[in-house]
Amino acid sequence: MEKKITLPLTEELAKTLKAGDSVYVTGTIYTSRDAGHKRMCEALARGEELPFDPTDATIYYVGPTPAKPGQVIGSAGPTTSGRMDAYAPTMMSVGARGMIGKGARLPEVVDAMKKYSGVYFGAIGGAGALLAKCIKSAELIAYEDLGAEALRKLYVEDMPLVVIIDSEGNNLYEDGKAAYLASKK
Amino acid sequence: MYNYLGMEGKTMREINVSQITDVVEKLCIEANQYLPEDVQCAIKKCRACEDWDIAQGVLDKIITNFEIAEQENVPICQDTGMACVFLEIGQDVHLVGGNLAEAVDEGVRRGYDKGYLRKSVVKDPVRRGNTGDNTPAMLYTEIVPGEQVKITVGPKGFGSENMSAIRMFKPSAGLQGIKDFIIETVETAGPNPCPPMVVGVGIGGTFDKAALLAKKALMRPVDSVNPDPFYADLEVEMLEKINELGIGPQGFGGKTTAIGLNIETLPTHIAGMPCAININCHVTRHKSEVI
Repeated sequence: MEKKITLPLTEELAKTLKAGDSVYVTGTIYTSRDAGHKRMCEALARGEELPFDPTDATIYYVGPTPAKPGQVIGSAGPTTSGRMDAYAPTMMSVGARGMIGKGARLPEVVDAMKKYSGVYFGAIGGAGALLAKCIKSAELIAYEDLGAEALRKLYVEDMPLVVIIDSEGNNLYEDGKAAYLASKK
Repeated sequence: MYNYLGMEGKTMREINVSQITDVVEKLCIEANQYLPEDVQCAIKKCRACEDWDIAQGVLDKIITNFEIAEQENVPICQDTGMACVFLEIGQDVHLVGGNLAEAVDEGVRRGYDKGYLRKSVVKDPVRRGNTGDNTPAMLYTEIVPGEQVKITVGPKGFGSENMSAIRMFKPSAGLQGIKDFIIETVETAGPNPCPPMVVGVGIGGTFDKAALLAKKALMRPVDSVNPDPFYADLEVEMLEKINELGIGPQGFGGKTTAIGLNIETLPTHIAGMPCAININCHVTRHKSEVI
């Protein structure tokens, strides 16, 4: 099903999204990947605040290329989400409900998604030039020393995503493949 | 340039390594902005054959993406990779003017800076720390006949690199062992390496040579065919089998799991049959130039 949604990703909104839905997302999202997640989880372990309010937030696993003069941001497609599996349950436990990336997740992450009504969206891996078009503003908010891995606040308009795993644990990677194979029998 | 007299009075061609720097700089930028013609054609051909709705939509967006990158001179993908630089150096060439590896790194440094490409290299595999300029390059040199230098830059993303595998088979595992390993590796990779993928297979040699063959297989045009009919047939058969797995573009389901599969081989030891599989994504980049 095709849907248009506006962030923040409240629990109510999250529960309306189902694996396989094509979603055009508008609103504020935050970027972080390996090194940024490690730092955020270390900060939480020390009892410190995150550089942004995680309540109903959506995190995009991306390390963009540098912006050319006149560009808001460089190419900005998703990175492999599995490397953030070690940190994702902690992030959800403080309220960050949405994740945008690509690739498989561990059962621990899916369990946390069911517990906190999380949603895992897929962006098209390798489509960095196309996805950058949806990003209307980008602001560096923390961890500048990490370069491409620094934390950025983005405003996106109609970002084309697909719900890969929904808050009930349904998984497009399993269901989509099974449906295709069943159609060939 | 032909001013050096070799041992037998034969002239040797001198090439200044600064020329190599310039070419590497240019190829780093071009390879990241323009998807090779063979890869573009393969994706479009797969789109025409794809019959699954969600898969068609993904392939359309992938095509739009590489078209935007080409028109606007921006990177196709934000993972602009580790710069894999292959040098085929003619044995009648004398490289002058400095250290070759440093010249290549300087080309990478300039290319990744001027091309607004992402710096994705850490200085230590365990202790990490970004080098800030995407150096060092992964440099592969080969001495070949002639008096030219062929330079190929293949930026390699790690979403797909991480899904690669190598196995040291007993010869008794035979052809079936190789076939099963290819399918197992692609199935395990699943949605992670940004399918549709390109699969590079290296069989034979030693542990390290098999891996190198697999990487070289990815540098071959995706529509090229192994000159040995036995392996040419195997390439076709394995690509068909992979595209029956149902993984599809981005792993959302569909026919197009891989757009190409190349096999490279070498003789090996009586006791072994090494096999390496290097996975690449649909942004399989490589650009060459001859000096």
